[in-house]
Amino acid sequence: MVVVWKDLLVERRSKETLNALFFFALLLLFIFQFALGPDRERLAGTLPGLLWLGFILSGLLGLGRTFMVERENDCWEGLLLAPGDKSAIYVGKLAGNLLLMFVIEAILLVLFGFFFNLDLGGALPALAVVIALGTVAFAAVGTLFAAMTAQVRARELLFPVLLLPVVAPVLLATVKATEAVLLGESLGSVAHWLKLLAAADVVYVAVGVLTFDFVLEA
Amino acid sequence: MKDRVRRLFGVTTLVGLAAGLVMGFVVAPREATQGNVQRIMYLHVPSVWVAYLAFGVVLAASIVYLVRRLAAADRLAHASAEVGVIFTGLTIATGSIWGKPTWGTWWTWDARLTSVSILFVMYLGYLLLRGMIDDRERGARFAAVLGIVAAFNIPLVHFSVYWWRTLHQPPSLMKPGPGTMPGIIVTALLVNFAAFTLLYCYFVTRRARLLRLEAEAEA
Repeated sequence: MVVVWKDLLVERRSKETLNALFFFALLLLFIFQFALGPDRERLAGTLPGLLWLGFILSGLLGLGRTFMVERENDCWEGLLLAPGDKSAIYVGKLAGNLLLMFVIEAILLVLFGFFFNLDLGGALPALAVVIALGTVAFAAVGTLFAAMTAQVRARELLFPVLLLPVVAPVLLATVKATEAVLLGESLGSVAHWLKLLAAADVVYVAVGVLTFDFVLEA
Repeated sequence: MKDRVRRLFGVTTLVGLAAGLVMGFVVAPREATQGNVQRIMYLHVPSVWVAYLAFGVVLAASIVYLVRRLAAADRLAHASAEVGVIFTGLTIATGSIWGKPTWGTWWTWDARLTSVSILFVMYLGYLLLRGMIDDRERGARFAAVLGIVAAFNIPLVHFSVYWWRTLHQPPSLMKPGPGTMPGIIVTALLVNFAAFTLLYCYFVTRRARLLRLEAEAEA
């Protein structure tokens, strides 16, 4: 709990991660647009994939920094020496990352709606469920891996290389579910994907909580 | 004495593999529809079995390492992951060779191909992580955590890829089920299963031994 509060406070004071990520998200949209051309028909077909590509790329940048902040500010020893259960640190960092990702995702959604003429309207509640489930899974593994790669050389390289294959099923599920939801289908029609995502959430968070002790060992 | 046991083990494995080849290429009949191409199954299916076996062993050894901190468990996980990645690669390669004449393409995003290739990159990442950490003890800890995450991810990968592909097309019948296969084909397959399992055990024990000698030489 304290960890969340501390990270939020640091972020509010500096706004460095959020500002940079907002700018990055904007740039991503430009890149997508340039890469695919202005053809609206084609853009519409790839939209769910692009949306998640945006989430994941900004997520990679944001999550990768989770523990770097501690390194830069020489707080690493503090984390290692923190009394009590290390899994509390994991949960705190995870909560902070979730907040960060939700903010970025909201911004990206608005930007997508604006640039790609996307009418979210009625699909928004269903979409929010899909995004929430997918983000928890992504952030749960991401936070665990970020703690590992922060202590390794070539960390910027290793973090995505480890994370992307592991979250492949999450990506498949969220893109498919987002596609259906954007077409106006109900959540019931994608129930199997939601169940898979929920299972992924439970598995990843449980493994994260149970193994975090070993990651943050002095 | 130990050397002799090892040599005997190696020779047994070699004999097993030779027997598997003879069963697959000589004893088993030519398949009616696919012709000789089908014979690659005798290598393909045992390879994927060894891959799953290897990743299962990685999971078990990783848990044992985290709980008991036995260096031997870490070496077993390391060796098993390496062998698993090789056999996953073999599975993809043999499947690809089979797919070219049968499906007319080396590669397609078929459900099984996709899930096996996700496993392949996942465990390549595992080996990469091991290679990146100089500190032996920390490398072992991190690899164990990753080994556990990856193993729990296997069913998720399996289901997601299965639904991803097969909601739109009927399951592609890559191989006839065991029930429909004539006895001689099943026997040939079983011989190869046994031979490949022996090969796995042989590789892993040799690799684990090498890792131990390396660690001893460094210390």
